[in-house]
Amino acid sequence: MIQAEYYNIFVKIIDQLAVLDFLPPVWKFILASVIAALVFFHVIAIFALVAIWVERKVAGHIQDRLGPMETGWHGVLQTLADAIKLLIKEDIIAGGIDRRLFVLAPVIVFMTALAVFVVFPVGENFIVSDLNIGILYIVAISTLVVPGIIMAGWSSNNKWSLFGAMRSAAQIVSYEVPVGLAIVCAVMAAGSLSMQTIVESQAGGFWNWFIFSKFPFGFIAFFIYFVASLAEINRTPFDLPEAESEIVAGYMTEYSGMRWSFFFLAEYGNMLAVGAIATTLFLGGWQTPISLLSFIPGPVWFTAKTMFLVFVHIWLRWTLPRLRVDQLMYMCWKVLTPFAFVSIFGIGLWMTF
Amino acid sequence: MILDFLNVFIFLLVGIFMVSITLLLSKLVHPRKITKEKMIAYECGEDPVGETWIRFNNRFYVIALIFIIFDIEVVFLFPWAVAFTKLGNNFLAFADMMIFLAILLVGFAYVWVKGDLEWVKSYFTDHGEEVLKSPND
Repeated sequence: MIQAEYYNIFVKIIDQLAVLDFLPPVWKFILASVIAALVFFHVIAIFALVAIWVERKVAGHIQDRLGPMETGWHGVLQTLADAIKLLIKEDIIAGGIDRRLFVLAPVIVFMTALAVFVVFPVGENFIVSDLNIGILYIVAISTLVVPGIIMAGWSSNNKWSLFGAMRSAAQIVSYEVPVGLAIVCAVMAAGSLSMQTIVESQAGGFWNWFIFSKFPFGFIAFFIYFVASLAEINRTPFDLPEAESEIVAGYMTEYSGMRWSFFFLAEYGNMLAVGAIATTLFLGGWQTPISLLSFIPGPVWFTAKTMFLVFVHIWLRWTLPRLRVDQLMYMCWKVLTPFAFVSIFGIGLWMTF
Repeated sequence: MILDFLNVFIFLLVGIFMVSITLLLSKLVHPRKITKEKMIAYECGEDPVGETWIRFNNRFYVIALIFIIFDIEVVFLFPWAVAFTKLGNNFLAFADMMIFLAILLVGFAYVWVKGDLEWVKSYFTDHGEEVLKSPND
């Protein structure tokens, strides 16, 4: 038997299969974990397929055109066709590059995007492992993307790549500060770093969600997290590292074919991840907004809230123009960071009195 | 607890494995026609001039330094934030952290006034003269 504290949904399914009874518990646990990782890999892949199509459709309709229409019904098969094209595309590794770092970079970037999914509380019993340092783990592992990007940019031996990588690193580390401070706000209110405990402390109706319960400081923290997380994952209006009009494709310039598509997949995985983190910390995770609707299961709520935030990401991309580098730094250090301090101060005062 | 982190380790391994498998699959089906042009770094059709592995503008270094200071501060904030409710939300715990933050904010104000948070430190006029931007612009 596996101890009850490790009993996630995947372990439960594996444990009930009589065929696997010959395996010792630890191996069952490892098998369940591998299956969970494969499930989340495919979640990212399928999400990317759908989200790219949605993004192109939303872009089309915002700009008063139709978007992809030819492949399948309203172009639904367009991204599938793109994926097949990428798979059979030539993988060029140019001369004069640092080959080892070049090959390793997309692996690191994608690996961290996948590892974040370990601690997402999708439902009441649906979490791969509820680490007691949950949110701190997310902050730590998602920062590993910076070495990956710098490796990609530096090894490419291409000026666009180097500029893109340096910009991206400066941007990600700068915006790490407001993100960290906004997360501290939620942790203060919940009194725990574990993702499941954070969700449970927001139970009982939407007025208990942190975005509303400490109004307006919770809302400020949510807003800061949302804006700064856009910058963390290099989405518009903060997509300077891959600004097409000035530095081609940033740190991805020298990559082609499947190697390039792993950067792209990681970007969409990160979109899903920051949506899920914002949902967990501020929007009550899998909790229902009003008890009347509690017949709808938790994972549905979690997915719905995350998808809504992802839709807002897409919507913003086609609404706002790209910032300049100095505006980016102004936004981070002179707007978001001071307001994050104000919101920590406000929540502290609120909880003291 | 150790099994929880085994999960993390397995996720990392599966990440590496799936990337490698997909790249291998791609390697089996993609064409390989190497020409001289493909081997040159892409710089919009121009032949690359000079080395790319150069020294870099030191404003990135300043940003990194400021980041380290603030990130360490966030690291100090996390244990306090967890313990805050367990300390009974008392005023002493709150005041303690606010004093710590205030000391840091003095440093933040110093960096701000010195203009190290500015990205643009100087600019060129139409006549080619370099003009230093004052920190308060």
